[in-house]
Amino acid sequence: MSTYKMFFAGSGGQGVLLMGQMITYAAMLEGKEATFLPSYGPEMRGGTANCTVVVSDKPVSCPLIYEADIAVVMNLPSMDKFEPMVKPGGYLFFNESIIDRKPSRGDITAVAVDLAARTAQLGNDKVANMVMLGEVVRGTGVVQVDTIFKVFEKVFTGRKAALIPLNRKAFLGE
Amino acid sequence: MTTDKVLMKGNEAFAEAAIRGGARLYFGYPITPQSEVPEYMSRELPKHGGVFIQAESELGAINMAYGAGAAGGSVFISSSSPGIALMQEGMSFLCSAEVPLLALNVSRGGPGIGGIQPGQADYYQVTRGGGNGDYRIPVFAPSSIQEAVDLLYEGTELAQTWRNPIMVLADGMIGQMMEPVRLPDFKPVYQPHEIAAHRDWACTGYADRGGDQNRRVVKSLRMQPEKLEEHVENLFKKYDRAEKELVRYESENLNGADVVFVAFGTTARICREACEILAAEGVKAGLIRPISLWPFPNKAFDEIDFGTTKAVVAAELSMGQMITDVRLALNGRLPAFLAHRTGGMVPTSPEVAARAKAVLEGLK
Repeated sequence: MSTYKMFFAGSGGQGVLLMGQMITYAAMLEGKEATFLPSYGPEMRGGTANCTVVVSDKPVSCPLIYEADIAVVMNLPSMDKFEPMVKPGGYLFFNESIIDRKPSRGDITAVAVDLAARTAQLGNDKVANMVMLGEVVRGTGVVQVDTIFKVFEKVFTGRKAALIPLNRKAFLGE
Repeated sequence: MTTDKVLMKGNEAFAEAAIRGGARLYFGYPITPQSEVPEYMSRELPKHGGVFIQAESELGAINMAYGAGAAGGSVFISSSSPGIALMQEGMSFLCSAEVPLLALNVSRGGPGIGGIQPGQADYYQVTRGGGNGDYRIPVFAPSSIQEAVDLLYEGTELAQTWRNPIMVLADGMIGQMMEPVRLPDFKPVYQPHEIAAHRDWACTGYADRGGDQNRRVVKSLRMQPEKLEEHVENLFKKYDRAEKELVRYESENLNGADVVFVAFGTTARICREACEILAAEGVKAGLIRPISLWPFPNKAFDEIDFGTTKAVVAAELSMGQMITDVRLALNGRLPAFLAHRTGGMVPTSPEVAARAKAVLEGLK
């Protein structure tokens, strides 16, 4: 039995909700139970945004979490808020391009991702969240890489289908 | 044939379930945290031959619902706490005139305009009613998106069967979250010209009645007290029957429990996790989850293991409203305590578990 509790946090426009939704979608396609709970309120671009995702082999008792196996933080305020909520032995993925401090915890696996450099390589800074999502999925195995690609097929439809190769590339860290 | 599981936001799933259950007329006014419902209805309902109208206010919406329902339409409305408050006069009229309606309240913190985060402080409003007179509205509180979908799907038919408003009370969290959900098939609906034959009380006009010249009257005014009393007595024969037939609840792990939580909606899910935390600490905790808030599932409390259980803890996102009904159901058999946050704040499962432990300690 395994249950993953996750926080995705950053500022509005960084795509943190989409990351959470894609993991939830992938979990559903794998026949797992999953919940996605966004923070909601007077949100705006540039304001704070976060969501919690729970993926489990059994029905999810509570979509609300107070500690996480995996926290993904895209800016400093999110790191300050969510780093203390990672369970010992859990993961912290952080956007080192704009977070100018190191994690203070020694009992977790911290993964620094230089999103600015990675997206510069890709020539498109809009896929920063997919770069991060790739690190999370490949680093933790919360869902399978192939399932995320199935999600891409479902989410990027119509004119957006042309974006799949770029998103795959970003996700795979190629 | 239902669909495969799809991932949907609560509010959108609620709207889709209402359409699939046969609702074809929607009147509403946007309010957080349920604005996705009218948005979804404005886009999807016309595709099914339905009508969406954005009313000028919640008062407009409920009175449009009264009129359309009296004419035999299958009406669905939705709002959130302060918007539902504005509709209370209409609810009383609909109950008196026995007009069917499916209503959804995605509740938030109050009182007054309050805030937009999840709340359960509408318990008194929806179970006691803010309208005048002797009336009742069956209220169902789902704790997952799937359960909300199933209740809303059934809701239109229930409302027609009982000729009364039926309310689904979800909280902001269920409205805003996403979960995989299985959508049921579309129910067949009556075409407008078929309504007169199937709803033999509805004010459809004479055209579709095949020569039947009897007047159909839908009203709530009865000036003679004898007539009004007779009418209300008749309403209460219906409500007495509802108290037997519409009771719904779930109970878990009551056998041998040290403490029993009572919670509905999202809060029940928090309590379920609190039960797991307590089990790991050697405390046996059970859960009673009312699904029907009115009629309240009094009989669930007879299942409590009175040999082992020391206390009942009502967990609510309010200052304690459901606990009134919990105490009535317990009828002095056990003490009831409150575990709560309010104003849009939501307790964590360890907080709820700690409260239960403190209650048990205090009783020693």
